Amino acid sequence: MLEKFTVIRGKAVPLRGEDIDTDRIIPARFMKALTFEGLGQYLFYDERFDEKGNPKPHPLNDPRYQGATILLVESGFGSGSSREHAPQAIKRAGFKAIIGESFAEIFFGNATAIGLPCVSLSPEDLGVLFRTVEENPELEVEVDLVNKEVRFGDRTAPLFIREEAREALVEGLWDPIGELLEAGELLDQFDRKLPYPRRTE
Amino acid sequence: MGKTLYDKVWEAHEVRKLRNGQSQLFIDLHLLHEVTSPQAFGMLKDLGLRVRYPHRTFATVDHIVPTHDRTEPFQDPLAQSMLEALRANTREHGITFFDLGSGNQGIVHVIGPQLGLTQPGMTIACGDSHTSTHGAFGAVAFGIGTSQVRDVLATQTLAAQKLKVRRINVEGRLAPGVYAKDVILHIIRHLGVKGGLGYAYEYGGSTVEAMDMESRMTLCNMSIEGGARIGYVNPDETTFRYLEGRPYVPKGSEWEEAKRRWLAWRSDPDASYDDVVTFRAEEIPPTVTWGITPGQAIPIDGRIPLLEELPEEERPVAEEALAYMGFKPGQPIKGVPIQVAFIGSCTNARLSDLREVARYLKGHKVKKGVRALVVPGSEWVARKAEEEGIAEVFREAGFEWRMPGCSMCLAMNPDRLEGDELCASSSNRNYKGRMGSPRGRTVLMSPLMVAAAAVAGEIADAREVFGVGAR
Repeated sequence: MLEKFTVIRGKAVPLRGEDIDTDRIIPARFMKALTFEGLGQYLFYDERFDEKGNPKPHPLNDPRYQGATILLVESGFGSGSSREHAPQAIKRAGFKAIIGESFAEIFFGNATAIGLPCVSLSPEDLGVLFRTVEENPELEVEVDLVNKEVRFGDRTAPLFIREEAREALVEGLWDPIGELLEAGELLDQFDRKLPYPRRTE
Repeated sequence: MGKTLYDKVWEAHEVRKLRNGQSQLFIDLHLLHEVTSPQAFGMLKDLGLRVRYPHRTFATVDHIVPTHDRTEPFQDPLAQSMLEALRANTREHGITFFDLGSGNQGIVHVIGPQLGLTQPGMTIACGDSHTSTHGAFGAVAFGIGTSQVRDVLATQTLAAQKLKVRRINVEGRLAPGVYAKDVILHIIRHLGVKGGLGYAYEYGGSTVEAMDMESRMTLCNMSIEGGARIGYVNPDETTFRYLEGRPYVPKGSEWEEAKRRWLAWRSDPDASYDDVVTFRAEEIPPTVTWGITPGQAIPIDGRIPLLEELPEEERPVAEEALAYMGFKPGQPIKGVPIQVAFIGSCTNARLSDLREVARYLKGHKVKKGVRALVVPGSEWVARKAEEEGIAEVFREAGFEWRMPGCSMCLAMNPDRLEGDELCASSSNRNYKGRMGSPRGRTVLMSPLMVAAAAVAGEIADAREVFGVGAR
């Protein structure tokens, strides 16, 4: 039985920047592995550490945000490479949800399929949330996928997420493999109906 | 009301609706490579599942392949283990694998079309965002994550959400020295790197109709850089001429039947689109990037924008780009010194790219101090280029002629930038750190412009360096 994501609560870490691509989230050289294990430690590696491995100023290195489980981002987050390593690294670094303005398609799909909800706020609400969290890092933020709202301090902001993704997360259907397998014989019909690449020489 | 190719292909491949409203979409062709598949095979094993239709799955090795010395074991044991894993997984599941030395190894998006695996009306998926390349053939082709690679292996389907379709018309004739790469950089510059979110891009118009298949592949390849997961061109006679006689393409009486079937996928003349945009070919100059996203592009004779010229929402990324690239607002891009020149990647490592560069490069020399690499897209491309004397032109000019792979486009092999080197590159991404050095800098451009930069030792206009158009 898959986990059902209804309300996610936690401290948030504000990560400013538009169009942050998946190469930045997890540089390609850390993808040389046969599993996703241990990817969390390389999250945003080149932004967090210099070439000698010493920490640089970065929200994820900021002691005030240690233990945060919600990642705050701006727009176009996760553009570029389709690498699932990116949401895997975020999840394995301990994050339970991402709040932003917009997400790249493949990133959003990859994140949803591993149970990492990505929700959008209006630019105004997101701006307020960023400022509030930057002023008060201890603030608890709540992502409520049932009532479709994000709550922080005395504020409630409507959240946006594709309805089918929301349902999948709330109902515990975010990993589709079980349901895909149910198609059974129907798949063989499609395999027979659709000509496939056949070597002809 | 007519339908688009996208609508038709989607409807023909929709197995059923899923409980959350998504569609279960059947995938005709699944392409694998070594980086995003081992975890998927691992998940398959954990679930006790097998590859459902191995005859629809094809694999090659491209991202981690050394391009200088491919003797095994590779110097990098991690790279070697990824290759071994793919060999073992494809053997165990009966999947065709184009291994090193098979004659058909190469970048996954180069070999699919080259072998005729890629055909009109297909759904194609691969754990790589540049799968959009195959849309050049009128296929619905898109990049997927590793969990979806597992889904396709196990069921030949995935859970998918239908997109809107934006028709992008390009009309008129491209000027000499202007290529598909310039067209797509121009489109992304104007529509933005987020412009394609939620859309499939259908490219058409007289400019696109006049393009050869490899140019269309370049165009579709970078749809993803414009935020669109899918880009495609309707199949036509150009498509058929390219496909005829390739190893996986129907032959004899089946060939005529296949052409009829393929033509039927074309968007209807009265198809409705969610959006239509038109560009004029004459207005497209040779285009280069100056920043850290593919949308930060300008004409070669242009200047890096002043912050106040940009819309307010673009300024923060522009400031970040200026700081990272070490450029000044208002500075001309032409004349910026380069240290590295790279011709390769799934965007521009095809035979036609190399032929076009060789045509102009002959008799020129790479500027002293510039490290210039040319990495063919596949073993087949490399072999043809050798036969045609193209490889020799590159060598004589001072380029390193390498073996096929993704190479320094994403630097998962030993080819990479050092420190803050600046690279003129025919690849598709200028992201921070993309070419292997956390401070490395990439300027994207057409292969001929890369060659011009290599010869001039600085970002240069190929039309001036090579007298393009004067011949």
